[in-house]
Amino acid sequence: MGLLDIFRSRSEDTSAKRAKERLQILIAHERAQGQHGAPHYLPEMQQEILEVIRKYVHVEDDAVKFEVEHNEQFELFELNITLPEKGEGSGRQDD
Amino acid sequence: MRTTVNLYCDKGVEFVSKILVVTSGKGGVGKTTTSAAISSGLAMAGKKTVVIDFDVGLRNLDLIMGVERRVVYDLVNVIQGDAGLNQALIRHKEVDNLYVLPASQTKDKDALTEEGVGQVLEKLKEEGFDYVVCDSPAGIERGAQLAMYYADEAIVVSNPEISSVRDSDRMLGILASKSRRAKEGETAIKEHLLITRYAADRVGTGEMLSVEDMLEILAVPLLGVIPESNAVLQASNAGRPVILDDKTDAGQAYEDAVARLLGEERPMRFIETEKKSLLGRLFSRS
Repeated sequence: MGLLDIFRSRSEDTSAKRAKERLQILIAHERAQGQHGAPHYLPEMQQEILEVIRKYVHVEDDAVKFEVEHNEQFELFELNITLPEKGEGSGRQDD
Repeated sequence: MRTTVNLYCDKGVEFVSKILVVTSGKGGVGKTTTSAAISSGLAMAGKKTVVIDFDVGLRNLDLIMGVERRVVYDLVNVIQGDAGLNQALIRHKEVDNLYVLPASQTKDKDALTEEGVGQVLEKLKEEGFDYVVCDSPAGIERGAQLAMYYADEAIVVSNPEISSVRDSDRMLGILASKSRRAKEGETAIKEHLLITRYAADRVGTGEMLSVEDMLEILAVPLLGVIPESNAVLQASNAGRPVILDDKTDAGQAYEDAVARLLGEERPMRFIETEKKSLLGRLFSRS
């Protein structure tokens, strides 16, 4: 019962819920922006990589995800591209 | 290439100092209260402990510890060679095994150096201290960076309030990238989240971020939750670390946190307004 109460109150639009949502967006943004030591050239590099990809495949902005992960010994730059379904996009390398 | 210096093991090694930083980014969240309580708790658990105030220019730990009238020399005096370490260390009268190294009131921001701090920590190690607790100043400037630089473990103090959580996240980023352990490629600083000024009733009504919210955002193991409590102000008024009053909620919550720091498992208390704490069981550390 106690637990249900908690879920109920938290599913409503409370100010704590708004605080959490704002924080999640902000912190995800700050982490991606290199506040955590990600290289300063990252935004520019993202843009250029996106342009190169678009020479071959048409992808939307949100189909490309960049992430920088910090490990104990190295930094990992991860690039994920969701390619369009067959038939969509230009696909000029296909034939 | 990696240097493995396993001088500091995670558990059970008594003869090597463990350097603990209490940090937060934001000011006023309870770093000094926490440093005073945690260092006292460690000393009461039999660990020879020193707590160092890194807030050069704005020292306050001496007041919270109740030793302000016995300050003769300070951290900067030791670094600059004007006083020996043993002249500057203040032995706490009430708690055995506990020593305080106060901050300087100098306005010279460059009084602390990485090398100087390293030498003092080295000397403390030679003196046989089990725990060195570094009370960080607010902000992310030099003093805060030096307080965390040599740390083996970090207690990130955060209030359930957006600006504090955001600053904690930034401080976690700094711990992961700018500390000695990060720079020398050693195992990362062990991070702990300590939530202070928690008001379970306000969480219940949806006015305050909950423990789960904060854990979800910051993703750091939870060391403890200190409830909002009158006892904290009373303790600072009296110059007696709040953990010494074991009848108070905040004192008990700090005592639990110290036990967890030493590897004991304890359920979280004071995070629900009533009933047996279910969340306590969910979040008890493994």
